[in-house]
Amino acid sequence: MMSKLELKEDKMLEVQFVGDDDVLNHILDREGGAKIKKERAQLLVNTKKIVKKPEYDLEEDDQEVLKDQNYVEVLGHDVQESLKNGSTTDGGNKVYSFQNRKHPEKMAKLGHSASDKVQLKNNDKSEFLSTAPCGLRKRSIVPRSHSDSESEYSASNSEDDERVAQEYEEDANEVTLGQKIQAQNRVVSAPVCKETPSKKMKRDKTSDLVEEYFEAHSSSKVLTSDRTLQKLKRAKLDQQTLRNLLSKVSPSFSAELKQLNQQYEQLFHKWMLQLHLGFNIVLYGLGSKRDLLERFRTTMLQDCIHVVINGFFPGISVKSILNSITEEVLDHMGTFRSVLDQLEWIINKFKEDSSLELFLLIHNLDSQMLRGDKSQQIIGQLSSLRNIYLIASIDHLNAPLMWDHAKQSLYNWLWYETTTYSHYTEETSYENSLLVKQSGSLPLSSLTHVLRSLTPNARGIFRLLIKYQLDNQDNPSYIGLSFQDFYQQCREAFLVNSDLTLRAQLTEFRDHKLIRTKKGTDGVEYLLIPVDNGTLTDFLEMEEEEF
Amino acid sequence: MATSSVSKGCFVFKPNLKKRKISVPVENYFSKGKNESEDSKLRFETYQLMWQQMQSETERLQEELNKNLFDSLIEFLQKSHYGFQKNSRDWGYQIKLREIPTAALVLGVNVTDHDLTFRSLTEVLQHSVTPYVVSLQAKDCPDMKHFLQKLASQLVDCNVDVQSKEKESVQVTQKRIHYSMDSLSTWYMNVTQKTNPKMPRKKRTSSQWQSPPVVLILKDMESFATKVLQDFIIISSQHLHEFPLILIFGIATSPVVIHRLLPHAVSSLLCIELFQSLSCKEHLTTVLDKLLLTTQFPFKLSEKVLQILTNIFLYHDFSIQNFIKGLQLSLLEHYYSQPLSVLCCNLPEAKRRINFLSDNQCENIRRLSSFRRYVENQASEKQVALLTNERFLKEETQSLLENLHVYHTHYFLILRCLHQFTSSLPKYPLGRQIRELYCTCLEKNIWDSDEYASALQLLRMLAKDELMTMLQKCFKVFKSSSEKQLGNTEKRIEEFLAQFQSLDEAKEEEDTPESQSKGLQKTDLYHLQKSLLEMKELRRASKRQTKFEVLREQVVSFIDSLVREYLLPPETQPLHEVLYFSAAHTLRQHLNAAPRIALHTALNNPYYYLKNEALRSEEGCIPNVAPDICIAYKLHLECSRLINLVDWSEAFATVVTAAEKVDANSVTSEERNEIIHARFIRAVSELELLGFIKPTKQKTDHVARLTWGGC
Repeated sequence: MMSKLELKEDKMLEVQFVGDDDVLNHILDREGGAKIKKERAQLLVNTKKIVKKPEYDLEEDDQEVLKDQNYVEVLGHDVQESLKNGSTTDGGNKVYSFQNRKHPEKMAKLGHSASDKVQLKNNDKSEFLSTAPCGLRKRSIVPRSHSDSESEYSASNSEDDERVAQEYEEDANEVTLGQKIQAQNRVVSAPVCKETPSKKMKRDKTSDLVEEYFEAHSSSKVLTSDRTLQKLKRAKLDQQTLRNLLSKVSPSFSAELKQLNQQYEQLFHKWMLQLHLGFNIVLYGLGSKRDLLERFRTTMLQDCIHVVINGFFPGISVKSILNSITEEVLDHMGTFRSVLDQLEWIINKFKEDSSLELFLLIHNLDSQMLRGDKSQQIIGQLSSLRNIYLIASIDHLNAPLMWDHAKQSLYNWLWYETTTYSHYTEETSYENSLLVKQSGSLPLSSLTHVLRSLTPNARGIFRLLIKYQLDNQDNPSYIGLSFQDFYQQCREAFLVNSDLTLRAQLTEFRDHKLIRTKKGTDGVEYLLIPVDNGTLTDFLEMEEEEF
Repeated sequence: MATSSVSKGCFVFKPNLKKRKISVPVENYFSKGKNESEDSKLRFETYQLMWQQMQSETERLQEELNKNLFDSLIEFLQKSHYGFQKNSRDWGYQIKLREIPTAALVLGVNVTDHDLTFRSLTEVLQHSVTPYVVSLQAKDCPDMKHFLQKLASQLVDCNVDVQSKEKESVQVTQKRIHYSMDSLSTWYMNVTQKTNPKMPRKKRTSSQWQSPPVVLILKDMESFATKVLQDFIIISSQHLHEFPLILIFGIATSPVVIHRLLPHAVSSLLCIELFQSLSCKEHLTTVLDKLLLTTQFPFKLSEKVLQILTNIFLYHDFSIQNFIKGLQLSLLEHYYSQPLSVLCCNLPEAKRRINFLSDNQCENIRRLSSFRRYVENQASEKQVALLTNERFLKEETQSLLENLHVYHTHYFLILRCLHQFTSSLPKYPLGRQIRELYCTCLEKNIWDSDEYASALQLLRMLAKDELMTMLQKCFKVFKSSSEKQLGNTEKRIEEFLAQFQSLDEAKEEEDTPESQSKGLQKTDLYHLQKSLLEMKELRRASKRQTKFEVLREQVVSFIDSLVREYLLPPETQPLHEVLYFSAAHTLRQHLNAAPRIALHTALNNPYYYLKNEALRSEEGCIPNVAPDICIAYKLHLECSRLINLVDWSEAFATVVTAAEKVDANSVTSEERNEIIHARFIRAVSELELLGFIKPTKQKTDHVARLTWGGC
């Protein structure tokens, strides 16, 4: 603040001579301007204004000769306010702390320091926070000293700024992590300070979460360590070993969990009642609700027609749900032109026959496959029928966003919180989870299953396609093998004798979802196997072993 | 049969037919749930009866409220079709011929309620205007082809409804034809000409018109593709002379949207008239008025519950349907959870039921806190009798219930009365809507609140005509009520009114002498000033209240005494638990759940759910024995946008091994590490399922965080 005042005085010295009229004009002007500024200072006590203010000053500098005390006061007020603001922000930070200072192995460090009780970070965080205003004050002075040397203050291009940031960074680091990682710190701060100059400072001062969000997402650079799983011996586990390993873990808190579950089981009758009265039930909360629903099914639904739908099953679709209703529940053998037709047919059927009752149990209504707008609309329409009762579970954090008002009124939900803490064993077992993805044993086994039932020629055809795809795996613009080329290759390998036989074969593949066809830009059909290359290589190896 | 498989996701369970026959009646679920199944069957029946009554009441209300709108709509339709009918050569009509008559129906943002409105509108139109009413939704009409197809098939269906089924076979084959506007107009010509000879037969249905118009309702005009809409309007305006189309747009936002969707060239083809439906707030007020602020239904909501329901309405959806759903749920919950709710029915029936109460139920009555309070205030012999003698208890309960009924009758009358007085005060100290007033009255003694004091203050400053209109309104309220129990009050108000009227004459007499005595005298400026000052002093000193002021004071204190006597909060009444549903918490949980908060709490503070002392911890940190997913979650909060899996897993391992020190010897360290890694993998994939992280290709072995903020 002092430097600011000095700055003002410097400018006052420039005053030479001004005519009375001018002075009067300026006083009048000034008063108006001051008023505006006062208001602004009151409205915008956040710190961005401070950064902007010097700029504002300089612009007006030419015309403005009179600096009234008032204005300076306002500015001073502003800064004080902002400092106060800054400290309150820190209070807020405790709730929403966002810490961008990402150091390699910091987490490991934290883990170490929290060996007996995970004080995960509260300790060092609070230290950090307590020092923040100090750094902040320092910071808020520095840019101002630039403002008389530079014509315009800009947040990004000053070198000094970076230096300050670096200083600050080190400062914070020291306090935060203590002496034990100082050595490391020196290594760290070099990349860090390139990244986080003034932005970080601004963020510390304002409590605006929104701003924080965009700042964190604006930089494309990522500040994490470069360690990869490959260096660890036990990087990849397949589903089976994972399951075996986990079976050795003794479950904790089983008594409490049991109690929780019993609590929920007492609600079964109430659910049935409410389902019958036209409500539908949705379960939410942490933990797999599959077992709970399964128990509900076995205790309450033994004598009713019901359909269990595993939303987490990767191949699930609304079509298959509707199919199982029409084919298995209603014993209808015909086909439908579209899903909507099918839905209409089902709705009519259920409206006609009021004695017909159907329970739908959907595990993970919010799964990848079912969360689409159309699927939700259709399921909602089904559930709005009087004699279809829906009980579903949702897990995803943002699951309720699937439903707008219209859908919500279709569903007519009653929400029940069922936090079970049970593991999502079944839900995550379908080869889609993070660290087990690579094993690919499911598509592999299905590949082998399907191919085993084919003729040797068909297998040959498929192997040709696999090989071609593997040969092109490094080609990023590879869109598939065109039909003509494929036909040519097959002919050369004496696998087919006409393109009709090849087409018949391809239809079969397509039915088993082994290949996908895509029209290229030139209108030619391209064939692609929608399985990842690792699986394909494994498959080829297996094939070769067999023969 | 297992419900998990790698090859399919749907499992149908069909019990064999014999078993299926024994379907469990619904009331069994009602009774089995609770251990104490006192009169559960009766309770369920009462619930159903009550709900049916409420439902039919709301439906009736809906109809009533829509009536005005529909009437004006029908009038518009008739008027606009009149020209087509007359086929006049009038010039103005020729211009008009190119314009499609269009009714823009502004219905408000509560889209969920629109369906109901449209359904009844269709019915009304079919009944009184034309058999050809078609309603389309945007999601059925992604392009022109589907649009016409839907339109045509529904039109044909309408036709089938009206005519005999003789041509059904023809129509079925038609279904697959590609429709165009031409084919539609020829169809229309056919139909109308065919029906003309038969006119006498169906004169009543399609009213007096020879060629009934085709009314097309676009339920959600905003969501239609502009292209489809424009094309359709242009094409159909060309065919208007042979295909008399009338459009009805359902608009949720504002009428401006028509011009935003349609360019001038298109909108000039429409002759738009605007219709505004009743605002949903007014609708809510009527629903509340007819369902809750009445003694017709004994069931009542407590302050908190009512607050929650109105808040959901006002801040979430503006949907009457949802409000009624909430009402239904609270009704159900009340009958389900309160054994004494068996007495929550009309008074004679309740009295009859009291006689058949079991001993257990009598105990339940004695356990009611309001009843206990009541007993404590009685003389000691009576106390003993109430607590020991069942018969005496039942008689007492009967009289208490009756008192409760009387209390409600008075309550609502006085409430309405008070509302008349306060609803037009400046700044609305007690709220503009009666529901706000009702909430405050339910919550506490209203006369203790500051708002009430300021309202009375404002009332004391009212002018005479305002006060009189209020009194008149109050008088009407009393008049309209069928119960004559507050006849005395009614008389008092009448008296007040009469007094005010007589005041008019009295005042004139009073005023004249005064003005004459201070008649104008010629004087200079100084003296005038002086005399004015004197007069002012005089007035202030002898500030005598006029008759009007006295009377006003009387009225206000009269209102005040009424309020203090009758607007006692229901908690003060014995046995109020029988009629009032107060479990606001359950209602909020089931209607307005917060899944994100639940998830966050479960992850952040497992002790909240698992009441294990080992999990107890201070704010912001969690013990290392917590479930794996909680630890992984807590660690991931440390990171910004991307998370390095290796670091994460190491941190996780450190935390977890620290917790496991005890049984470290049982397994080899290598195996233990493996297990921990497996646990980590599980936790990570669970977090992925929950939507906290997702795999990313930005950097190897990293995952992206999907949430913001933390801890």
